[in-house]
Amino acid sequence: MDLVTPDVGLIFWTFISFVILFFVLKKFAWKPIVGTVNDREQSIKDALASAENAKKEMKNLTADNERILKEARAEREIMIKEARDLKTKMISDAKEEAKVAADKMISQAQEAIKNEKKSAIADLKNQVASLSIEIAEKVVENELSDKEKQLKLVEDMLSDTTLN
Amino acid sequence: MSFALLQEATVDYGAFAAIGAGLAAIGAGIGIGNIGGSAIQAMARQPEMMGKIQASAIILLAFVEAVALFAIVVSLIK
Amino acid sequence: MKTTKFNVFRIFILGVFFVLVSTPTFAISDEPEEEEFKVTEVIMHHIKDAHDFHLLDWDGHPISIPLPVLLWTENGLVAFMSSEFRHDDSGKVIVERNGQKFVKYHEEIYYASNSADENGTYMLFNEEHDPLNEHPFDFSITKLVFTMFVSMLLLILIFGFSARAYTKNGVPKGIAKFTEPLVVFIRDDVAIPNIGERHYKKFLPFLLTLFFFIWINNIMGLIPFFPFSANLSGNIAFTFVLALITFVMTTILGTKDYWKHIFWMPGVPVPLKPFLALIEFAGIFIKPASLMIRLFANITAGHIIILSLISLIFIFKSIWVSPGSIFFAVFVGLIEVLVVAIQAYIFTMLSALYIGSAMEKHEH
Repeated sequence: MDLVTPDVGLIFWTFISFVILFFVLKKFAWKPIVGTVNDREQSIKDALASAENAKKEMKNLTADNERILKEARAEREIMIKEARDLKTKMISDAKEEAKVAADKMISQAQEAIKNEKKSAIADLKNQVASLSIEIAEKVVENELSDKEKQLKLVEDMLSDTTLN
Repeated sequence: MSFALLQEATVDYGAFAAIGAGLAAIGAGIGIGNIGGSAIQAMARQPEMMGKIQASAIILLAFVEAVALFAIVVSLIK
Repeated sequence: MKTTKFNVFRIFILGVFFVLVSTPTFAISDEPEEEEFKVTEVIMHHIKDAHDFHLLDWDGHPISIPLPVLLWTENGLVAFMSSEFRHDDSGKVIVERNGQKFVKYHEEIYYASNSADENGTYMLFNEEHDPLNEHPFDFSITKLVFTMFVSMLLLILIFGFSARAYTKNGVPKGIAKFTEPLVVFIRDDVAIPNIGERHYKKFLPFLLTLFFFIWINNIMGLIPFFPFSANLSGNIAFTFVLALITFVMTTILGTKDYWKHIFWMPGVPVPLKPFLALIEFAGIFIKPASLMIRLFANITAGHIIILSLISLIFIFKSIWVSPGSIFFAVFVGLIEVLVVAIQAYIFTMLSALYIGSAMEKHEH
C-alpha cells in the first residue's frame, strides 16, 4: 500500500524541482536551442527560395539575351535589306538618269542633225537659186545671141546640175 | 461451507494478488500477441512501411503493457 | 597480438570456471546459519525512498552517504543528518532536537514513544503491526530528492552546454549534435501534431522539460551505482506531480468548446448526453491518473523484474544460477533501456495530446 501512497515531502520537492528546472531550462536551453534550430531552418528556407529566384532570374536573363540577339539579327536583316534596296534603287536611278541623259543627247543630236539638214537644204536652195539665177543670166545672155544655142545651154546646164 | 472456510482461514492476500497479476498478464499477453501478429502481417503486406509500423507497434505494446501493470498496481494495494 | 588476446581470453574462461566450481564448495564449508534472505524486503527497500544513500555493505556493516533530514514539526523546522540514526530503521535509535524525540521506522520518521517495547523499539503498533505514532511532515532531502537534484544538475549541464555548442551560423557541434535531434523530435513528432502549429510554441518548453526530466530519471534508475540507481520515476509521488501539472494545465487551458464536449456532447441524442457527460467527466481525472500510474508501474516493474532475477541467485543459494540469472537481468536491462525511452515519450505525447484536445476548437 505505501508503494502507491505518494509521499508529501517528495511531492513538494518534485514540484519545486520541476518548476525550477522548467524556468532554468526554458531560459538557458530551450530558447537558444529551439531559436537556433528555427533560425537555421528559416535561413535554409530563405536560401532555397533565393536560389529558386536566382534560377528564375537566370532563365529570364537567358530569355532576354535570346530576345536581344533575335532583335539584333532582325535589325541586321533589315539593314541589309535596306542596303540592298538602296543599291538596286541607286543602280536603277543611275540607269534611268543615264537613259534620260542619253535620250536627251540623242534627241539633241537629232535636233542638231535636223537643223543641219534644214540649214543644208536652205543652203542648197540658196545655191540652187543663185545657180539658177546664174543660169538664167547665162541663158538670157545666150538667148540674145542664138536661140538654139540658148536651148542647148539650158539643157547642158541642167544635165550638169544634179541635185545632190 | 466454503464461505465459512474462507472466513476461518487466515487469508493470504499475497496469493490473490499473484492470481490477479497472472490474469493481467494473460490479458496483456493476448493484446501484445494481437499487436505483434498484426504488425508482422502489415509489414509483410507493405514492407515499405516497415519503419512506421514498427514504431507504432512498439508504442501500442507499451500501452498494452501499461494496462497489465495497472492491474499489478491494483494487486499491490492491500 | 592475436595469441595474447586469445591467451587472455583463455585465462579468463579458466578463471570463471574455477570461481564457479570453487564458490559452492566454500559456501558449503561455511556454516549455513545466515539469516534467511527475504526477497520482497530487499526489493521493496530498493524501490522505495530512503533517508540515506546506501552504497554497499562491507563486512556486515552498511556504508551509506548521510543526507539531511528536514522535519516540519509542531515546534517548527528541525534539521539534522540522517547518520544520527546510525543506520537504524526499526525505531530503536532516538534523535532528540528542539525537545522532541524522533525515531526512524521503515524509512518513515515518527515521534518516538516515551518508552521502548520489548524489542527496544520506541513505537506503538496496532494488531496488524501498523505504527500508531504521530509523524511530522517530512521534507528531508531523501535519496530520491538527492537523485532528483543530480538529474536537474545533469540536465542543466547537458542542455546548457548544448545551447552553447552552436557555431555562429547555427551548426551544432559536440553535444548539440546529440541533443538537437531529440529536441527536434519532440517539436516535430510530439508538440506540432498534437497541439497544432498555432499554439505549440507556448507548450514546447514544458514538453521538452517533461520529456527530458522523465527520461534522464528513468535512465539514472537503470544505472546501478552511486549517484544513480534510485527509483525516482518509479515513485508515485514523482509521477503524481507531473500528471498533476498536466491536469492543471488542461483544466485551466480548456476552451469553452472543450467543456461543452465534456458536459453536453454535441451531435449525440439527448437521452444519451447525461451518461456521456458522466463518462467524460470521469475521463478528466482518469486521463492524468492513468498517466501517473503508467509511468510509475512501468518503471517500478522494470526495477522489480531485474532485482528479482538477481535475487534468484540468493533464493537458490547457488552460484550455478547466476549465469542464467545475470543473462536474463542483462536482457531485461536492455529492454528497459528501450522501455524507459518509450515511457518518457508516451508520457510527453499524451500530455501534449490532452493539452491539445483542451485547446482545440471544433468546427460544426
